[in-house]
Amino acid sequence: MSADLAPLWLTLRLAALVTALLLVLATPLAWWLARSRSRIVPVVEAVTALPLVLPPTVLGFYLLLAFNPGAALGAAWLSLSGTTLTFSFAGLVLASLIYSLPFTVQPLQAAFTLLGRAPMETAASLGARPLDAFLTVALPLSLRGYLTAAVLTFAHTLGEFGVVLMVGGNIPGQTRVISIAIYEKVETLDYGGAHLLAGLLLALSFAILLALYLLNAKDRRGGGR
Amino acid sequence: MTVLSLKISSQHDGFSLEIDRTIPISGVTALFGPSGAGKSTLLRIIAGFERGTGCVAYGDEVWEDGRHFVPPHRRGVATVFQTPTLFPHLDVQGNLAYAARRAGQSGTVAAMLERFDLTGLGARNPLTLSGGEAQRVALARALLTRPRLILMDEPLAALDHARRAEIFPFIERLRDEAQVPILYVTHSPAEVARLAGRMLTLRAGRVTGLGPTAELLAVADVSTEESGEPGSLVTARVVGQTGDGLTELAFSGGAILTPETIGAPGSTVRLFIRARDVMIARDRPEGLSALNILPATVYTVANAGPASADVLLRCGEARLRARLTRRSVAALGLEEGTGCHAIVKSVALARE
Repeated sequence: MSADLAPLWLTLRLAALVTALLLVLATPLAWWLARSRSRIVPVVEAVTALPLVLPPTVLGFYLLLAFNPGAALGAAWLSLSGTTLTFSFAGLVLASLIYSLPFTVQPLQAAFTLLGRAPMETAASLGARPLDAFLTVALPLSLRGYLTAAVLTFAHTLGEFGVVLMVGGNIPGQTRVISIAIYEKVETLDYGGAHLLAGLLLALSFAILLALYLLNAKDRRGGGR
Repeated sequence: MTVLSLKISSQHDGFSLEIDRTIPISGVTALFGPSGAGKSTLLRIIAGFERGTGCVAYGDEVWEDGRHFVPPHRRGVATVFQTPTLFPHLDVQGNLAYAARRAGQSGTVAAMLERFDLTGLGARNPLTLSGGEAQRVALARALLTRPRLILMDEPLAALDHARRAEIFPFIERLRDEAQVPILYVTHSPAEVARLAGRMLTLRAGRVTGLGPTAELLAVADVSTEESGEPGSLVTARVVGQTGDGLTELAFSGGAILTPETIGAPGSTVRLFIRARDVMIARDRPEGLSALNILPATVYTVANAGPASADVLLRCGEARLRARLTRRSVAALGLEEGTGCHAIVKSVALARE
């Protein structure tokens, strides 16, 4: 039984790690996209949104090429860590960062745009340095955006399949995430095992979304900000 | 007295700001001009929120020139915005502490609450405060940064008349007790007259005057021009329609009747009154066709051309500009303080 649930734990670990990393990494990008008047903003926005429209297999194919020890990125990783990026958990994390990037950047960018420039200017006029002002004013005022970004990123990473199949394969404990495990169980006609995992994923996803919407409703009723 | 040196040339969105002035700063200095004159842009450049192209120096400290740019948080300038930008995730006390902590004087928050009549509001969320209370918190918070200069961008514009009256004394106390110089953006002559000792007048991104308020307010700057026509701006309230089709307007100098259809009853409008549509009589005229005869006092007389003169009249709180011939001015013996009657022949809605 516990062996059967290993893909679930792996998936949760992957989704949690990717969400945490993306919330930090996407913040400066989303901030820049929301604030910059540069002419290359639309270009960067388009690149950021690409994972939304590309079939996961296309993204996975290019990532597989880049992760290959023969390619610059793959070789650099191999010489630094001693392991390959392909067919490894680290590779999955890296691929998921790219795959789920728009689901973090877009809610954050929207939140920062909504914030306007007044709160940061006020903080500066009260003597707060830019980073101080961001952490003490912009961040708390954008919590809703962070929550949405976290939920969407987590849920999206949870259901990842095509990219994993291309760059990760199906290695137990390393890259066998829940969607791959379900696929395999169906292929081997183990419908009972597939039911268990699929049911768990369904329940988990519903619970996450319900929590988000309940929080939203509470905020609306409470006349929150 | 500190000196603010500006040499700015800033262009964007078809608007240009060209200023090359040295402005002595003490007490309250009003930045005065109509909407779109560049007042707020200038304030933002002084605060460091925008990089103008040019030089800004305060005293002997260069805030901005071709090579240096001192970021806003290191200028020692506190800004009070038109709508009080209190942090909604902090309570009133937290908002004040935010400023105090960064100025290294956390112990003074309680005293400041008391000083701005905010005792008991410390635990309130800013979103639950009235407009007047919120603006008082913003003033207290600005003062807690120990600023060397306070910028105020139309701090009373979002408030109704009663709330404004409630805030005035606090700004005056800031000026008189705290001894922090204030640059005060407004387009209200009443606010300038009440608060500012000196004023800088702006029009279309250019400085049109700099000097003591009494002189400047008197001469050109309550007055304005529309289509090259000199006149004055008066804020009035629409009372309603009379039975014979006239609109009745009330302003601090009295009532005005006009055949023009102006505004909905109860609304506040800005009127433009052409200088040549204002006549002056020493005694209240009888048997005159004009409807609007308002008691007034001469404020200043200034020559406007070889044969003409502009007479500035105080009419309640408002000021009216009348263009007469110099001969009439002499014949009526008009000089500062002369009591008279202004006869207003026509008014129009001001273009903003």
